[in-house]
Amino acid sequence: MKYVDEFRNSKSARRLVEDIRRTATRRWVLMEVCGGQTHSLLRHGIEEELRDTVELIHGPGCPVCVTPADDINFAQQLALRDGVTLASFGDMLRVPGNQRSLLDVRTEGGRVRIVYSPLDAVALAQKNPDQHVVFFAVGFETTAPATALAALQACELGLNNFSLLVSHVRVQPAMKALMTAPGNRVEGFLAAGHVCTITGFDSYREFVERFRIPVVVTGFEPIDLLEGIRDCIQHLEAGHAVVANQYERSVRRDGNEFAQNAVNRVYQIEDCPWRGFGVIPDGGYRLRTEFEQFDTRARFPFDECRVIASNEKTDCPAADVLAGRLRPNECPHFGTRCAPDSPLGAPMVSSEGACAAYFRYRTTTPEKMPQNSSVSPEEAAT
Amino acid sequence: MTVPAWQLNCPVKFDESSERITLAHGEGARLTRRLIDELICPRFRSLQRGALPDAAHIDTTRRRMAVTTDSFVVSPLFFPGGDIGSLAVHGTVNDLAVSGAVPKWLTLSLILEEGLPISILIRVLDSVARAAAECSVEVVAGDTKVVPRGTADGMFLNTTGIGELIDPVPPGPQTIQPGDVVLISGPIGRHGIAVLCAREELAFDPPPRSDSASLIDVVAMLRNSAGTKLRAVRDATRGGVSAVLHEWAAACGHSFQLTELQLPVSSDVRGASELLGLDPLHIASEGVLVAAIASEASEAAVAGLRSLPMCAHAASVGTVGTSQLSPVTIQRTLGQPQPVDEPTGAPLPRIC
Repeated sequence: MKYVDEFRNSKSARRLVEDIRRTATRRWVLMEVCGGQTHSLLRHGIEEELRDTVELIHGPGCPVCVTPADDINFAQQLALRDGVTLASFGDMLRVPGNQRSLLDVRTEGGRVRIVYSPLDAVALAQKNPDQHVVFFAVGFETTAPATALAALQACELGLNNFSLLVSHVRVQPAMKALMTAPGNRVEGFLAAGHVCTITGFDSYREFVERFRIPVVVTGFEPIDLLEGIRDCIQHLEAGHAVVANQYERSVRRDGNEFAQNAVNRVYQIEDCPWRGFGVIPDGGYRLRTEFEQFDTRARFPFDECRVIASNEKTDCPAADVLAGRLRPNECPHFGTRCAPDSPLGAPMVSSEGACAAYFRYRTTTPEKMPQNSSVSPEEAAT
Repeated sequence: MTVPAWQLNCPVKFDESSERITLAHGEGARLTRRLIDELICPRFRSLQRGALPDAAHIDTTRRRMAVTTDSFVVSPLFFPGGDIGSLAVHGTVNDLAVSGAVPKWLTLSLILEEGLPISILIRVLDSVARAAAECSVEVVAGDTKVVPRGTADGMFLNTTGIGELIDPVPPGPQTIQPGDVVLISGPIGRHGIAVLCAREELAFDPPPRSDSASLIDVVAMLRNSAGTKLRAVRDATRGGVSAVLHEWAAACGHSFQLTELQLPVSSDVRGASELLGLDPLHIASEGVLVAAIASEASEAAVAGLRSLPMCAHAASVGTVGTSQLSPVTIQRTLGQPQPVDEPTGAPLPRIC
């Protein structure tokens, strides 16, 4: 299959592994930002193969993992409300809020629908005029354009029974928070190829200049990831702090302007709570006032049960996993109290969660993280 | 022409285009009898022998029989490559076939939702009849119930199958030994992807087709080519090949090592899986089996299978070993074995 087979080729992969071993004069610490990359690294055994040459810290790029528990609680309330249907991506359904998941709520009689595109939720609202359809809009810059288009389409259709529960987050502010957190050890980034397809790789220029660190925009197939690691290590060895683009088949300098325009028209940037991180400056989107009629928060009250995410009582150290301070298998509950069938936290549920990747694909026990990197979530966010 | 003053049977035929199932069709009275007499019995030879008794009598000379039952709740009722009717026949027939039996008789239970168009029921019954005839099984008994609107999704079917065991019967997964070879009879995951795409209206062009089909000839071919070297056979339905191998690993205490490049996966299933983030090893087939076979018989078995049109892509995909890494592993890009996880309850649509 084109665009897949050539990026999984065994011989090329072996050659790249040798290249990387030859290039590295010491063990570099890289962070792959996106959970999809984490899964691919583990699924294809790359992390274990390169363990002596590079330490890969798994980044916060799992959108459902960082969706605040508050928002999930609100979505659950809405699903149980008469006349409301809650639609979202399948991955969101199994993520626990403070107590339960949307799947649990569906079992209790809540109206929860899986859709594959936000436009399907608009169509659902059109077909069911007696129901108010709420689309739970989660995800990074990658999914924001599609939900923006859904808002624009609902506006054009004059729909009065459709709204967006916006919980979109922006990846670069989180990377900044990680870089400024005490104890940070990341020396180079593999940036998320899909996000950069929208934003363009030039969006990292300022980041690279500020933090003097190489950022390689990287895809998701094994060859992509090996090339990204190789390029990043080459820049580190040469002392270059640059933005490089490994994912050329998808990412351009300026990104997808059509998508950016849709996002800018519908959303404005705001400070935003990330589950496990606290509030990240400029870390998310909210609907502009002219789209208020499609804002779930403006249409339905939530205050009566508001639970502050930072007060969340849980035994799950997801915050440390998401910030790269704790490897999933170092968690005392990994594989015992916490497994994909009975998750304590989102990273064990999501198809992009690091804990799920370790549970599914890890074959050996990786080394412990150095102790000096322990930082509280609040510190990481400031 | 003399018209009786009163008659039980209404002379007006079912209006197939506009009539719908009502609760009265399930109340055991006149409408129930019309439904059975006019729509169901004419389609099945064994049900055309006058008044229906409470139980079917069947003749057999065999000492050992196999019985299985399965319920079908697939949504949508019709999908590319099949429908709930053909699926209800193939699903049960295949369970018998992979157990080493030749399917002979089926029962058919219908649970119909009030409001179901009669035309839909007729299409499904025709499909059951066609599939049963192709598999040489007779529908010998059945039942009809109607439930109020909103309490079923159109219709649910249940089929129970009875078959005659033919020697040599595969002894089962507990006899699998290190060194044995794992075969797959055709491209995996087609049914699950077809139903998923049809249900979610994913606009793949052309739409992926289900592989729903009888495995009777496939099992017969394995029996002929491998004989007593055949250890275990299973159709790779819900949970896909991964679920079968995890179950077998638990039964035999050994592990299975697959090679990704040898797995037969059609390009539409691969494309859809990549796009939707699914693993074809977890996706259901309804016309594909997995077999564990002693290595010395595996080549002949693959060659035999490939002579059947539906098994042109049959392949040996892995071996049985003693690795403690994981019950099932697969070699991907870098060549080291990676664990294949057991499917967890993914929020996928009902597929069977």
